[in-house]
Amino acid sequence: MKEFLTDQLKTQEYFLNMGPQHPATHGVLRLLLKLDGEIVRNVDMDLGYIHRSIEKMCERASYKQIIHLTDRLDYLSAHMNNEAVCLLAEKALNIEVNDRIKIVRTIMDELTRISSHVLWWGVTGMDIGAITTFMYGFRERELINDIFEETCGTRLTMNYNVIGGLRYDIHENFVKRTKDVLKHLKKKLPEYDKLLTNNIIFQKRLMNVGVISGEDAIAYGLNGPTARGSGVSCDIRKTHPYSAYDMVDFEEAIFTEGDSFARYKVRIKEMWESISIIEQLIDKIPNDEYKVKTKAVIKLPVGDYLQRVEASRGDFGVYVKSNGQKFPERLKFRSPGFANLTALNKMAYGLKIADLVAILSTIDVVVPDIDR
Amino acid sequence: MILNIFTDIHELLLGLMPENIVHITELVLIAVAYLGIFAILGLFLVWLERRIAAFFQFRLGPNRVGPMGLFQTVADALKLVSKELTGTEKADKFLYKIAPYFVITTALMSLSLIPFSYEIHAFDINIGLFFLTSVSSVGVLGIFLAGWASNNKYSLIGGMRTGIQMISYELSVGMAIVTMVVLAGTLQISEIVEIQKDGWLIYQGHIPAIIAFMIFMIAGTAESNRTPFDLVEAESELGAGFHTEYSGMNFAYYFLAEFVNLFLISSVAVILFFGGWLSPFGITDTIPFAGLFWFVIKVLGVIFIFMWFRWTFPRFRIDQLLTLEWKFLLPINMVNIVLMALMVWLGLTL
Amino acid sequence: MSYFSDIINGTKTLLTGMRVTGGYFFVNFFTKRDVITQQYPNNIETLEMFDRFKGEVIMLHNENNEHRCDACTLCEKACPNGSIEILGDKAKDPETGKNKRFLVKHIYHLQMCTMCGLCIEACPVNAIDWGQDFHHVEYDRSLLTKVLNKPGSKIMSGIKG
Repeated sequence: MKEFLTDQLKTQEYFLNMGPQHPATHGVLRLLLKLDGEIVRNVDMDLGYIHRSIEKMCERASYKQIIHLTDRLDYLSAHMNNEAVCLLAEKALNIEVNDRIKIVRTIMDELTRISSHVLWWGVTGMDIGAITTFMYGFRERELINDIFEETCGTRLTMNYNVIGGLRYDIHENFVKRTKDVLKHLKKKLPEYDKLLTNNIIFQKRLMNVGVISGEDAIAYGLNGPTARGSGVSCDIRKTHPYSAYDMVDFEEAIFTEGDSFARYKVRIKEMWESISIIEQLIDKIPNDEYKVKTKAVIKLPVGDYLQRVEASRGDFGVYVKSNGQKFPERLKFRSPGFANLTALNKMAYGLKIADLVAILSTIDVVVPDIDR
Repeated sequence: MILNIFTDIHELLLGLMPENIVHITELVLIAVAYLGIFAILGLFLVWLERRIAAFFQFRLGPNRVGPMGLFQTVADALKLVSKELTGTEKADKFLYKIAPYFVITTALMSLSLIPFSYEIHAFDINIGLFFLTSVSSVGVLGIFLAGWASNNKYSLIGGMRTGIQMISYELSVGMAIVTMVVLAGTLQISEIVEIQKDGWLIYQGHIPAIIAFMIFMIAGTAESNRTPFDLVEAESELGAGFHTEYSGMNFAYYFLAEFVNLFLISSVAVILFFGGWLSPFGITDTIPFAGLFWFVIKVLGVIFIFMWFRWTFPRFRIDQLLTLEWKFLLPINMVNIVLMALMVWLGLTL
Repeated sequence: MSYFSDIINGTKTLLTGMRVTGGYFFVNFFTKRDVITQQYPNNIETLEMFDRFKGEVIMLHNENNEHRCDACTLCEKACPNGSIEILGDKAKDPETGKNKRFLVKHIYHLQMCTMCGLCIEACPVNAIDWGQDFHHVEYDRSLLTKVLNKPGSKIMSGIKG
């Protein structure tokens, strides 16, 4: 009988194409799954469906023009990406920016982080199956986007930083509007806990799913909230403070479990930390110039430059090799999403398709950031 | 006065044709009426779900076609009728085409057992509830076949999940119904409702009845494939699950049947726990057809709870779904039946 | 008994979740309805954008149909993706008698524009600015290519060429 079963009812592994068009892959990520029933045996990532060769375009663009291209990498942390390029150029040219610029940049960074995490929260809920969270996340995000639109003119690809300062001065309503949003967020974030974080189904779906140890996280080069969920301290805002982060007091959100729920909690805590950072700075914006005078054509001195910032998904780095010309000779973006995605196979091995979706949404992939 | 409408029609037909033909004509008329109810019910519930979801989510919902967007779903249905029926090349054509009809036929058959009021009750047999549960479990075959015959791996996974889910939760629904049948002492739906004239069964059976109601609601959500048990469709995992490869009217059949099943589950809950067409405290029991009003109100109330579930909860994973059924619902259910039996035996019912 | 406490605590968390969504439902259903979505395109007429909103690049004209552009092509050079083409010509200035460059067509390809604002920053005479129009819907991509200077417009006096 046993022989009959093994001979006649032979099971086999099969391949399943998840993406490039799939609701859970957040864009055009293609995952080639090797499945045993519903159990994931291997995840092959096929990238390049939205590759726009932005790095190569940057080599044909002046430093001023590069900034707006970085908006199109991780569009949910556009402001941080802009800032990385600006900080790099300012470092290379020895431009000292004043406190007003630093503080406004930091506030904008943190607002971007909140808006990105709020969107992530909604989408994670939707991936796990709770559709209403998506609208609740957007409700808060719209208010933050209104701040951006009023000051920067656009909601998503803000393009607000320029080398040596800010494109415009902050709008007169900026401070009031930001305070209103913070008040609103403080009222609504506990609701997120009630609706999703404490929900037994949600916890069961995320706990002990996609566990990755601290050593593995470092070995895979994970960064941002994904690594901090495994207990790795890697916040660039703490380790290499830039802009006004050395003026504020905040806690790095670290959880040690290493599972999807830890990554979830890191992001929720980061939102609270961001609120506290903005609260510390919002009343301290000094009256000063919003822009330092720079040359019309910016040429970086010959040399290699690297600038890292903490984007909403982790460590975003810009590397520029300059030969003293108008254009960089070589430019490389180190995007957080790409490094985080590499650990997917390790995290998802032996789990189910539903878990894979949960892991994907807790490492928070943004495909244009991965493909560039 | 209105009560006489049925007898009037009957006599009118008798005057036109011989008696056995009248019988057949009446059957056809009733079938047509129920088809109408099926379509209107499905479309109305889809509209209702969209409107209610909008209130949960700070949206407006359908509001363009007709007053409050009432005809939006009609327009959607018309669009689906006019669409091309596509399918995959290597699909099992026969099973692929027949699968949607399993689902709607069983939903229609079950609908005939539902008493909308004392007067409107098409098919009242003495094993009513038993018949209802058996017929509605055949509907699973349609989903299962769709998953298998589509020749699509996502559909197949969805179909397999259905199989697992339905086998498990059919049990809980059945057991919860048995618990209430122990209390009512009959399987005939009209009698179950009549018994509740002194008090609804959820009141008569108090603690075990409330436990049975909760189990019935959970298992009922699973039976109608709604969140948090919508693993069969699982949009974020499987795209659309078993009906990925269906288009046009074939897809609409599944869609309508899903909502009619929701109505069926809610009706059974109302019949078993909330006194069917009976008005609270018998306030309008003497008025003919008032039962229809009460029945619809109660059913809409239960449907609202199902929708509330859907717009709040995340989805289970397949193993958690089974854990919930086999480790929690089923043992509790078994103890509950014994408890109910003891109560009925000792005369502790209210 | 962790078995029963699990059931009770689990149910409690589910009910708290239902209270949040249910609370919003009843507030929206029975009292003031709060809608966060925009009824686009019904509100095209009424929607007010913020004053810094980057809708499109426009050329500023005064009441005499005069603009400030002297066709210096700085905006064309500043543009990272070639959205701006400037057709200029030279003609004799009647006042000074010297050859002066003037603008024939300021061609703006909205379909390629990324709204980076470098052209507006580069303009030395503030001839172009952001427009608030957000409804750029056409059936043909070529219709998005616009000529910014109005027909028959002239350069304002006092702008150096």
